[in-house]
Amino acid sequence: MIATLFRFKGGVKPETHKDCSTRQPIARAPLPSRLIVPLHQSAGGTPRPLVEPGQAVLKGERIGAADGNFSAAVHAPTSGVVKALAPHVMPHPSGLSALCVVIEPDGADRWIEREPVNYRSLAPDELRDELRDAGVVGLGGAVFPTHLKLKPSQGGRTETLILNGAECEPWITCDDMLMRERAEVIVRGGAVMRHILQSERVLIGIEDNKPQAIEAMRTTVARLGETMEVVAVPTRYPAGGAKQLIKVLTGIEVPYGKRSQDYGVQCFNVATAYSVWHALERGEPLISRIVTLTGNVERPRNFEVLIGTPLEELLPLVGPLPDTDRYIMGGPMMGFPLPSASVPIVKATNCIIAASPALFPPPPPEMPCIRCGACATVCPHELQPMELYWFARGKNFGKAQEYSIFDCIECGCCAYVCPSHIPLVDYFRFAKSEIWSREKEKAAADAARSRFEFRNERQEREKREKAERLAQKTAGARAADAKRALIAAAIERARAQKEQVQPRNTDNLTPEQQAEIAEAEARRARIRAMAQTPPEKPL
Amino acid sequence: MLAALFVMTGIALVLGVALGYASRVFKVEGDPLVDKIDAILPQTQCGQCGYPGCKPYAQAIAKGEADINRCPPGGEEGIRKLADLLGKEFKPLDAEAGVEKPKSVAVIDENTCIGCTLCIQACPVDAIVGSSKQMHTVVAELCTGCELCVAPCPVDCIHMEPVTETIENWKWKYPVAEIKERHAA
Repeated sequence: MIATLFRFKGGVKPETHKDCSTRQPIARAPLPSRLIVPLHQSAGGTPRPLVEPGQAVLKGERIGAADGNFSAAVHAPTSGVVKALAPHVMPHPSGLSALCVVIEPDGADRWIEREPVNYRSLAPDELRDELRDAGVVGLGGAVFPTHLKLKPSQGGRTETLILNGAECEPWITCDDMLMRERAEVIVRGGAVMRHILQSERVLIGIEDNKPQAIEAMRTTVARLGETMEVVAVPTRYPAGGAKQLIKVLTGIEVPYGKRSQDYGVQCFNVATAYSVWHALERGEPLISRIVTLTGNVERPRNFEVLIGTPLEELLPLVGPLPDTDRYIMGGPMMGFPLPSASVPIVKATNCIIAASPALFPPPPPEMPCIRCGACATVCPHELQPMELYWFARGKNFGKAQEYSIFDCIECGCCAYVCPSHIPLVDYFRFAKSEIWSREKEKAAADAARSRFEFRNERQEREKREKAERLAQKTAGARAADAKRALIAAAIERARAQKEQVQPRNTDNLTPEQQAEIAEAEARRARIRAMAQTPPEKPL
Repeated sequence: MLAALFVMTGIALVLGVALGYASRVFKVEGDPLVDKIDAILPQTQCGQCGYPGCKPYAQAIAKGEADINRCPPGGEEGIRKLADLLGKEFKPLDAEAGVEKPKSVAVIDENTCIGCTLCIQACPVDAIVGSSKQMHTVVAELCTGCELCVAPCPVDCIHMEPVTETIENWKWKYPVAEIKERHAA
């Protein structure tokens, strides 16, 4: 057993509201009438579509290939026909649309040929490629591609592997139910991850308000003979944040700009371990997940839902009460209201909360900051939210970065305790996205500058080369002139020589010789005359 | 008296050598102010300021020949940054230079393009591909939206399209403070 637990600073203890959705076991959601599978479901690049409208697909068939290594594939959640490749409104705070593959299920739910992988005989790089192509991403909410995190630290091993079952946010119970009912697969998945990372220690952190899950995990670990430690951590939001859980379990505080790998620790959600096992041992890609449907509903419960199921087709299973006015994806602390009930369930959807004005009353109007410092006492990253608030509000982004705004995990503790009801996290999100977009613009401007400079240089070079060519040409012409002059001079010389040299055989002739020449000349003249008058008839 | 003279001359010599050495070793190539101004300019290279590119405009500003409010793509924010850098007063964008527009990219209607290469020659950042009598197209990621290719096109097949908002480039909005109505007491 672990000797001591550590404490992270700050945190809050909101009402958990977890009981209502854990009374019933996980149910399998029925096959919807259509599945809307977004291509972009993980951090990183958008996968390339591999299917066309009209094409028949099998369950588990890859429909989107990972775009580079920093991405993860997406798969058809059931067998059917691709109806369209079209933009559809996304479960995203912007309410914007993104490219989705719309599949009409054929009801047969026929699997593609599944190829389990013997993870012990494959090289780690091949295993990572398998996981990327199986679309395994972190199911805790950040949907970071798992294969990128399954890289041992320097020295070939990550000493400590942490499975995160803390599930600290109120209302959400999907990990709790998964651990209660499917502990064996989680533990086996943890063993696979341990093999890849060559970890010495495996810690499973679960908040102590989930005694059944802790019990289930402990008995399973003992039954399978694994050397893993199931640790009950004190219930305090946000104990499930990766950095917080690492601090609580190991005492290691991961500083800004570093990753936990650098300190020999890696942290995965328990549901991720579950899908790693399915991907490798069963050859089944990530096509479904456990979703908590709770809040203002008649029968709150956890469902195993196919990725791409429209929310509106799930709602009748739980029966939202009539005064429900919106749906929140995620928990009440970090979640966001969904733009419409037609959005699909994605890999990031851990919980849908039906909200009503009675359950989640609208926040009281924002009052001025009184600098009470309550936000700083609860901030788990030991930031000073009141300062960040001033900088974000005044759009003084340089200063906000100086005060480590990018360390903020947007857990919402500060806004939760703020006596002036300032939506602090909204300001921080605004500042962060503004800083990111400026950085992107800056990079684009730098690229444009270098392209412009290169173009100018190229134009200069082309001009120079042209001038050089021209110079060469004129030089060549001049050289040709000189040659011609040389030839002319030679001809001239030859002529002068010829003039100088007189024929000798016509000088000093005797009269007989003169007569002979005259006769020859006369003969020649006669012949010429004959040649000029054509004969009248042949002789 | 003599000792004092020697001391003073000695100090002068030592300092002179040190300064001479420093001026060689720590010599700054180029004009750092021009680079700082150039870093603020948006690098569209559109020439709306009246200079052939952002760098010449930056040089003109550094020399005090040009005003800071002649860059429409940089917009109000760019002018504010320049004013901050140069310790000048902010002034609104010079209407003579142009108006601030949302970021756009050039799009070539490929059915109409005759492949004359005039736009390729006009593009300051080599963002148009194509060759003589072959269809041309704009590489959207590289296009700065300078509009320099629009005018030379003899068949008017280039138009500017504003960049649409996608999930990737979407930004969280500034939290709007509610304005409450005050009742007369």
